[in-house]
Amino acid sequence: MTRVDASTVEHVARLARLSLSAQERELFARQLEEILAWAESLQVLDVSEVPPMAHPLAPEWREDAPRQGLPRDRALEAAPDAAEGLFRVPRVIGG
Amino acid sequence: MSGLHEASAAEIRRRVAGREVSCEEVTRAHLERIASVDPALGAFLVTAPERALARARALDQALAAGAEPPALAGVPVAIKDVLHVEGLPTTCGSRILEDYRPLFTATAVARLEAAGAVVLGKTNMDEFAMGSSTEHSAYQPTRNPWDPGRVPGGSSGGSAAAVAARLAPIALGSDTGGSIRQPAALCGVVGLKPTYGRVSRYGLVAFASSLDQVGPFARTVEDAALVVSAVCGHDPADATSAATPVPRFEDGLERDICGLRIGVPRRFLAQGVEAETMARFEEALAALQAAGAVLAEVELPSLPHAVATYYLVATAEASSNLARYDGVRYGLRAGDPTDLAGLYGMTRDRGFGPEVKRRIILGTFALSAGYYDAYYLRAQRVRTLIRRDFQQAFAGCDAVATPTTPRPAFRFGEKTADPLQMYLEDIFTVPANLAGLPGLSLPCGLAEGLPVGLQLLGRPFEEETLLRLGAAYQRATGHHLLAPPP
Repeated sequence: MTRVDASTVEHVARLARLSLSAQERELFARQLEEILAWAESLQVLDVSEVPPMAHPLAPEWREDAPRQGLPRDRALEAAPDAAEGLFRVPRVIGG
Repeated sequence: MSGLHEASAAEIRRRVAGREVSCEEVTRAHLERIASVDPALGAFLVTAPERALARARALDQALAAGAEPPALAGVPVAIKDVLHVEGLPTTCGSRILEDYRPLFTATAVARLEAAGAVVLGKTNMDEFAMGSSTEHSAYQPTRNPWDPGRVPGGSSGGSAAAVAARLAPIALGSDTGGSIRQPAALCGVVGLKPTYGRVSRYGLVAFASSLDQVGPFARTVEDAALVVSAVCGHDPADATSAATPVPRFEDGLERDICGLRIGVPRRFLAQGVEAETMARFEEALAALQAAGAVLAEVELPSLPHAVATYYLVATAEASSNLARYDGVRYGLRAGDPTDLAGLYGMTRDRGFGPEVKRRIILGTFALSAGYYDAYYLRAQRVRTLIRRDFQQAFAGCDAVATPTTPRPAFRFGEKTADPLQMYLEDIFTVPANLAGLPGLSLPCGLAEGLPVGLQLLGRPFEEETLLRLGAAYQRATGHHLLAPPP
């Protein structure tokens, strides 16, 4: 049985780039533990010889040919902040 | 002209083709109906009267000039706000896309418009299609037309309520774990989830890409058939859309159902269907049998594991798909962050509601180091078992029947405090998504005065069989003619 506490949720939230309040961490820890406890039923099945199914259909590949993409000005239309034909974001490295 | 909002899509098309009524009159009748009924119902997030009327007038002009009336000439349609329509916003029920306007129209919508349908507006939904009640919309509740104290189901609750309340004869929704079939059942209308790959997902906002499928709501099986004939088929813009030929689904509806075998998974149904819902289901089976179908018992031993499997697979895929909402390229950017990690965290904290956050956390957990094998990979293996169960069942029958839901619509707030209880409502709908099968929900009468649904599941790409059974069922019974109180 997997134990989930607020620090587990904090770790997972960091992986998912979610800022959560302390209250949300507590709530999600409790709910995640409940959901996983109930999903324990999957652990009793012997699936060692069963292949995983990622998708209902076999993949069909198209030719990897270059195509016209979205024009730059259209791609920037919905940006919260853009300048000089680029998306603008806060400082990425250092501080 | 009064009464037009009661007409089926087939009847509207026939009257438009016969020049008895114009597309503009049909559109106006539905817009007026929406204006009078929807303020109390909340099915639409946005309506597009000018766009719709311009489109209707253009169709009228083309018909006046002698153009052949297309298959859905002048038929109004409501679109779930998860599908892009150029010129209208797409919010997906989320604050993170509050002011977002897509740059293109979804293939399914474009094909409906090419067939002469007129888009009335965008309908309410659970945020990012995550929910079974439409209570997780960031914008408004949608009420069940049969009882304003109850939910319409979800996630496509707005589309289901719109068709039930006669705001539109047809609507599009999306179904990842039952989001078409469950609200269709709870609102008393027809809902079809086509086979995975039947309908292009281009322009459908992604939730769980191996499960998502676009499909119709309607009040008759014939109307549902007309919609799928228009929207199905290969699309080069979606690598998962199948090249399988698309029949004219409406052509096979008159055929009788003598000898078609319907499998009933009695053992699976023994867990938790409410008595009145089960009684309606038994009556539906009897009606199909009287119409010539043969009933057989089938075993689907892995299905009790379907909900757990679904909530691990779907949330894992969602956690990946929703990584794109980062406050950089489109959508909300929140706060005044000093670094990029702060930008992501603040934007996603402010933009996503609690159910979406919960599912991102669950999905990220299931994919994370140390837990991947025990949760995500194991769920994928059980998914194979579920598909095998159906392959075995379909060796001996042409369709599998279950109730669509264990009970009729619940009250607002009844299940929001306990997400697990909400998830368990999906027990009969999630297996079709995991296995990639088509599923049809048909109104089969009232339980406690509220609609419930009969679900028919079919072999991949055999929607025709389901629609043929559904049409025979609607010829034999009158449940689809029941309308909610005015």
